[in-house]
Amino acid sequence: MSPAIAEHEMTPGNVRVDVQGLQVRLTGTRTDVVDDVSFQVRDGELLGLVGESGSGKTTIALTLLGHTRRGLQITAGHVMVNGTDMASASARELQHLRAAEVAYVPQDPASALNPALRVRTQLVEVLQFHREVVATKGLGDPSARVGQVLEEAGLGATPGILDAYPHQLSGGQQQRVALAMAFALQPSVIVLDEPTTGLDVTTQRHVLDTVRRLSHSYGVAAVYVSHDLAVVAGLVDSLMVLYAGRTVEIGRTADVFGIPAHPYTRRLLQAVPSPERAMTLQGIEGQPPHPTRRPAGCEFAPRCPLAEPACRVSTIPLVSVSAGHVARCRRTELTVGADDRRPPLVPAVQVASADTLLRASGLHARYGSVEVLHGVDLTVGRDECVAVVGGSGSGKTTFARCVVGMHGNWTGEVSFDGDILARLAQSRRRSVLQAMQYIFQNPYTALNPRRTIGTIVEAPLAHFEPSMPRSDRASRVAQVLEDVSLGVDFRDRYPDQLSGGERQRVAIARALVVSPSLLVCDEITSALDVSVQATIIELLRRLQAERDLGLLFITHNLALVRSIAQSVVVLHEGRVVEAGPVETVFERPEDPYTIKLMEDAPTLASAESSATPVEHPPQPLGNV
Amino acid sequence: MASTLADPALPPRATPARRRQWTTILRQAASLPRARVGLALMAFVIGVAIVGPFVTPHSPTATIVAPFASPSGGAPLGGDELGRDVLSRVLDGGWVLLLMAAAATALGVAAGTAAGVGAAYLQGRWDAAIMRTVDVILAFPQIVLALLLVSIIGPKLWLIVLAVGFSHAPQVARVMRSAALDVSERDFVKATELLGVKRRRIMANEILPNLITPVMVEIGLRLTYSIVIIAGLAFLGFGQAPPAANWGVMINENRSGLVLNPWAVVVPALLIALLTIGANTFTDAVARVTIGVDRQAESGALADALVAVEQP
Repeated sequence: MSPAIAEHEMTPGNVRVDVQGLQVRLTGTRTDVVDDVSFQVRDGELLGLVGESGSGKTTIALTLLGHTRRGLQITAGHVMVNGTDMASASARELQHLRAAEVAYVPQDPASALNPALRVRTQLVEVLQFHREVVATKGLGDPSARVGQVLEEAGLGATPGILDAYPHQLSGGQQQRVALAMAFALQPSVIVLDEPTTGLDVTTQRHVLDTVRRLSHSYGVAAVYVSHDLAVVAGLVDSLMVLYAGRTVEIGRTADVFGIPAHPYTRRLLQAVPSPERAMTLQGIEGQPPHPTRRPAGCEFAPRCPLAEPACRVSTIPLVSVSAGHVARCRRTELTVGADDRRPPLVPAVQVASADTLLRASGLHARYGSVEVLHGVDLTVGRDECVAVVGGSGSGKTTFARCVVGMHGNWTGEVSFDGDILARLAQSRRRSVLQAMQYIFQNPYTALNPRRTIGTIVEAPLAHFEPSMPRSDRASRVAQVLEDVSLGVDFRDRYPDQLSGGERQRVAIARALVVSPSLLVCDEITSALDVSVQATIIELLRRLQAERDLGLLFITHNLALVRSIAQSVVVLHEGRVVEAGPVETVFERPEDPYTIKLMEDAPTLASAESSATPVEHPPQPLGNV
Repeated sequence: MASTLADPALPPRATPARRRQWTTILRQAASLPRARVGLALMAFVIGVAIVGPFVTPHSPTATIVAPFASPSGGAPLGGDELGRDVLSRVLDGGWVLLLMAAAATALGVAAGTAAGVGAAYLQGRWDAAIMRTVDVILAFPQIVLALLLVSIIGPKLWLIVLAVGFSHAPQVARVMRSAALDVSERDFVKATELLGVKRRRIMANEILPNLITPVMVEIGLRLTYSIVIIAGLAFLGFGQAPPAANWGVMINENRSGLVLNPWAVVVPALLIALLTIGANTFTDAVARVTIGVDRQAESGALADALVAVEQP
């Protein structure tokens, strides 16, 4: 059966992609990374593969190109693309099929495009390599075709683009070149691997529009891999949710978002922040099972609130929820009826004191002779969370780095707790360094991989309070590890034994151990999965209330702001374009840039209406 | 939330809490075949050098057979240019060479690492001063540099160690500088800087521990070079005084009789070769194991998934 019926097709197109019972294992072992995955994609249909890191979404997408990463092997099932089984195709066949029949758009175009070749050369190369395809499909002269396809990708075929080297283009332009390259040979199937990660919302919006337009006008069958539910919500026709290498739910996008039937899908949706309402984000505690230690029965059962003993016995079959909507859960009758999908609103936080903790006024920052901040003013109250939002290049990270003294080339005045601060951290007083702590964006580089969590967290304490007895320090470390929900037994582990979310908790613990009054958080959740992001945000909210912390929260994600901050400052090209209480700015934005940011931010709302009513009772499907 | 994490129903994810990184690295390395081969080769040659002097059948300096005599019952590997027992000289002639090589290596790697890390982290004038000095020294071939020092002051053993060690330092410094540059850019170094920690401590506590991989590679590489240079200096006549046995000296002394009794040259040369290969193979294995940890720190979120896949 088809997992989805795309709304725009009254006459369903041909099945272009037909994957049945796909299993991918670590070479030479019985450990599977992907198992029992089946789906179909028709002409003109966009299928989203969503899941968190390690869910197998990219592995599945790459099998459509007949590729597996080193150490992996397709061990069962077939991957039919336009009638050819990619799983058993020879290297020579694959060479002809790739780009011509099935094309790939990578996550990072900056590293996928050859930096030494001009755009024109790279595009023409693809057409010349597949000369016969160009002839068969009647695509005409290569250079004319290049112009045409660039035009279609939303880039003018001007000499400025054609003769540019990739590094001379912006991220959005690079991604369009990659799209043009993928569509150049009019493939029947296209695989897009998170092509908008790393782009800011406005650029992302444009690239997504391009993807949608091209897919529909060429009528290709497209598979779109993403970890961002809000992005796929407005883009794809049907959706497959993956967990631990298994399909947990598949169906029309509106059905999956409107009536999510698998508990994992439901929890995932509760973790997604929304710019429209201030939600209490609910993360998913625990971690996906390690490929070698999969539990018997349902993979999600150890983290599932609805799990009962029978869930842990044997493999759970897919169950039909409504036409074309299936879920791998025994208890869908409980999930589809429940209305727990909308998380509760955030209780309004009263900012009690009018006391100013941090005040920046007229801050101008430079890199060399280029000024990137042009007079930024901002204040943070004693127990207030102020969010600084802006697109890439807005100067928000530079601002944070000036405040903490990591970037020294600035003028203006920053005062903290009444003290005027020196430009660089080295020349600031110890008490200031202690009271203001910075948390880095990437938890993977912020912790020294050669030291234990205990020593990492203890280091600031040992530095600022050298006279404190060892035993007191140890108990402070234990206490703060408890506070960030890690527990004492993490003390002797090394960072490489921790997941991204756990590492970010360690980074927070390291900041909290010296009892600071201000935390500067620089995009601290952008490297994390959405369910982990939610737990970190809730942790910060709790800590803010418990410890009367001031927070300076730097982010590009508008929706997050709504869930954590009391005030917001919108930065655009180094200037504050709008500032005020979160409610006011979000409900009645005034600056055109703020309005644009709001419009471009992807949300789930678009996909939640128009769901197909569920069948009662849910029907077992057997082998789909 | 803490109670959820401690829930016994959750499968244990991380390996047992207490884990000594060094023992782990060595244990993981020992599981690689190349490490075992390397260790076996090194153990064999070092064993010969250490135990050898106590089990020599004859005095290494006594003439017992005809010059370049073929192997016989009394002298299983034959005689050398003065009719001394080759086996006894081989057994006795290793330990000084190995000791000198080890000392020179330690000296060279330590000095080079200090210079390289300092240049990378302190930047500016320090970087310029250290690296320009390095460039000047690098302009001389290593053996010429060592020869120069030895010929000025005289063939003292400590001086040879010093000279060889010193001649390693610039090359080690170059490698360590580039490795340390990469580490100094990481956020955990910046995090420590923001606390106001002294730069010397940052270099020692934050940067140095992350250079285990290149340090191991350098130790392996420089050890082999040390052996070759010290043996080479001995071959050229700088080293232990003539009657003493030394693998390098033996190759020099006996090459004129290569056709008459090849063992007198081949055996010491073979031992040097085995040790060099063994040291290289072993340190390569250690480097391969440690590199996993370093790589993971760099590549971000994807690493979790990859590590889960790569290390079942």
